Amino acid sequence: MTPELGQLALILALLLALAQGILPLIGAWRGNRALMAVARPAAAGQAVFVAIAFGILVWAFLRFDFSVQYVADNSNLELPWYYRIAAVWGAHEGSLLLWIMILNVWTVALAAFSQKLPEVFASRVLAVMGLIAVGFLAFIIFTSNPFARLLPMPGDGADLNPVLQDPGMTFHPPMLYMGYVGFSVAFAFSIAALLGGELEQAWVRWARPWTNVAWAFLTCGIVAGSWWAYAELGWGGWWFWDPVENASFMPWLVGLALIHAQAITEKRGSLRAWTILLSIFAFSLSLLGTFLVRSGVLTSVHAFASDPRRGVFILAFLTIIVGGSLLLYALRAPKVAAGKPFNLLSRETAMLIGNLMFAVAAAMVLLGTLFPLIGDALHMGRISVGPPYFGFLFPLLMLPVVLLLPFGPFLRWGKGDADALKSMLLRVTVAALACAIVAAFFVDGHMKAIVGVAAAVWIGVGVLLYAYKRWREVPRGRRYPAEMAGMLLAHFGVAVFVVGVLLSESLSVTSDVRMAPGQTQHIGSYDFRFDGAHRTTGPNWRADQGVVTVTRDGKDIAVMHPQKRTYPRGQVQTESAVDAGITRDLYVALGEPMDAGNIEGAWSLRLYYKPFVRWIWAGGLLMMLGGFVCAADKRFRLKRTVTRAEPAIETRLQETRA
Amino acid sequence: MSRLLPFIGFMLLAALFGFGIWWNTQHDPNAIPTPLLDKPAPAFNLPKLYEPTQTVSKADLLGKPYLLNVFASWCIECGVEHPVLQAEGPTLGVQLVGYNYKDAPADAKRWLAEHGSPYALVIADEPGQTAIDFGVYGAPESFLIDAQGVIRYKHIGPLTPEVVAKELKPAIAALRKETP
Repeated sequence: MTPELGQLALILALLLALAQGILPLIGAWRGNRALMAVARPAAAGQAVFVAIAFGILVWAFLRFDFSVQYVADNSNLELPWYYRIAAVWGAHEGSLLLWIMILNVWTVALAAFSQKLPEVFASRVLAVMGLIAVGFLAFIIFTSNPFARLLPMPGDGADLNPVLQDPGMTFHPPMLYMGYVGFSVAFAFSIAALLGGELEQAWVRWARPWTNVAWAFLTCGIVAGSWWAYAELGWGGWWFWDPVENASFMPWLVGLALIHAQAITEKRGSLRAWTILLSIFAFSLSLLGTFLVRSGVLTSVHAFASDPRRGVFILAFLTIIVGGSLLLYALRAPKVAAGKPFNLLSRETAMLIGNLMFAVAAAMVLLGTLFPLIGDALHMGRISVGPPYFGFLFPLLMLPVVLLLPFGPFLRWGKGDADALKSMLLRVTVAALACAIVAAFFVDGHMKAIVGVAAAVWIGVGVLLYAYKRWREVPRGRRYPAEMAGMLLAHFGVAVFVVGVLLSESLSVTSDVRMAPGQTQHIGSYDFRFDGAHRTTGPNWRADQGVVTVTRDGKDIAVMHPQKRTYPRGQVQTESAVDAGITRDLYVALGEPMDAGNIEGAWSLRLYYKPFVRWIWAGGLLMMLGGFVCAADKRFRLKRTVTRAEPAIETRLQETRA
Repeated sequence: MSRLLPFIGFMLLAALFGFGIWWNTQHDPNAIPTPLLDKPAPAFNLPKLYEPTQTVSKADLLGKPYLLNVFASWCIECGVEHPVLQAEGPTLGVQLVGYNYKDAPADAKRWLAEHGSPYALVIADEPGQTAIDFGVYGAPESFLIDAQGVIRYKHIGPLTPEVVAKELKPAIAALRKETP
């Protein structure tokens, strides 16, 4: 009976979402305050019912209710409780339920914090959120019901896909969805602005922290996914340009552009149309990501269930939401476009170049991801686009961004000062060259590694110089407001990321070897000794576990235990062993026994020495932290009390000067 | 006009996706063309499930066509397929050889005792090594192998009454025509 209640809750949520999506729009159009007032209670009610449905599904997993098809497909009696909760979003139906629940979290937060916005505007924003919820709730109810029954009830269920039975994978989807769905706020703002025909700078200021938080969550989700792929898949790679990865990377790139465009629009009033277009794109790409993963249009290593009926539904939804908003943009954008002109040498120009590069990179990723499909359409046969394409074009497009990044903060809004730039250029160039020369002695002349050090120093020194400049020139207490600190952190994160990527790519050592117990393999400056393998068991798996002792110059460094796990339904999963360090990771993956019957004999092993690989995720986490810190700035919360923050003063001064 | 460009671009994209969905309904995305089709089946030598001391090799089975059906007790889809094999097996006119895949022998025997065995012979591949030669990537899978030991038809996933009528039986009929 309980699962049916869950379904009923979803239907009630859909009805409330319809009320939230339609009535306030009519109210805003007609000036009817009663209809506009529907938005907030409807949003709250919808959230309650969705939470009930979600809770019921969690409950069904916890008490092994295999009469629910979804529970039977994704869990079994041996699955530990924490993975049974994670199994709620382990497959299609449940992950959509998570999606809609996160949308509700964002909507309720929006309803609570939007009291200070003009009523007409706020009710339009909430209505757009409601319409998005209508689409997803209808999708769940009509094509992907997580509460469908399986009768007769099986005695035991199948299993949660073993690749998902990992802490990294438990947090990856919720974080990613927080990001995807978070972009709906900026989207709703833009649609509301287009509908109303005006876009006040104050509203953009209010919307900025939401975008920053969404982007920070998305960053966190991508970092978690990348870390998981590294630790779990046993290939030692951290990014594969797989269609599903690309699906999360495209909104990230556009979101990054959006963060910067919103800053320009908020502070200068310029680029309004571009900001609106970017917020439509960021959310559209989030929807597209969902579409690509869930419709089965693209096949990838993330082999999820695909069902043409679902594909058709998402496509129709996508067409209405994205097509509709782009049409609205075409019709209404001229009304909101305005802003101050700016010089060629100005912060706006620098940020705009960055913006264009991110947008072009996102388009490049989109093209590469969809090219196999285009190939099918034009009868060019099976085409696959992979790392050679992305790995060549992406760094090329990011080169101008890396070069410009240190200068952005030094440039003034409107009209920059060329002299200040020259001294700055001199300093970062000297620093980058000096460090590159020093680095060259340590990296055996690997060009990529030298470039990596130079680029990281270029950015890092630029960021530090700016931090120092503010320390010197700005009075205490106002030096590093949260917005400024966030920016510095995130930009510094780019430096950390760049050096991590280039050093680990160029200096990694990989070795596929056959090792008998007692044999030693020399990699980097480390000796890996294989001490044989044995059987071991976990809560719901048994495994062959190898023991590898790593020494360096005779000193013990680590004892590593790579595993090859077998789950109850026969699925095999490698569990690499990683010895993490600040300057290097040691990584061992267990292959196959040389003689299938004798696990105590020789095994094939994959050994890696990966210098600085951890800096990649550290850089990502710094960027994430930057996003969160930035969003915490008080300036975004208090309406029209802009005196607290420095850039706003600069803006004003410049305005009076002009 | 230029403001309409994003809209037009998106509509082209939507058309492409529409095509993608249509294409997928026409083509099975999982249909990986097996390179083994119309090639000799890989050589194997596997123990019988019920008499593990005796082995069966490819050569032992030459001379008569047979349907090699990959199954396992842990495989839920096999439970779906099983009644079909039970019902249709005797009408096929070829021998059914069960290929027990990555399964503990005790589990497999219990499963067959419970559901009944449609197989004339069951061979066991517990480590799953030989299955790699066959390109098996999951159970159930079925291979129709002719008297000369050549793979003539392959099906991935459960055999349904529809697949049996529309694909398997015509493939068997084609074999008969060649070897009177």
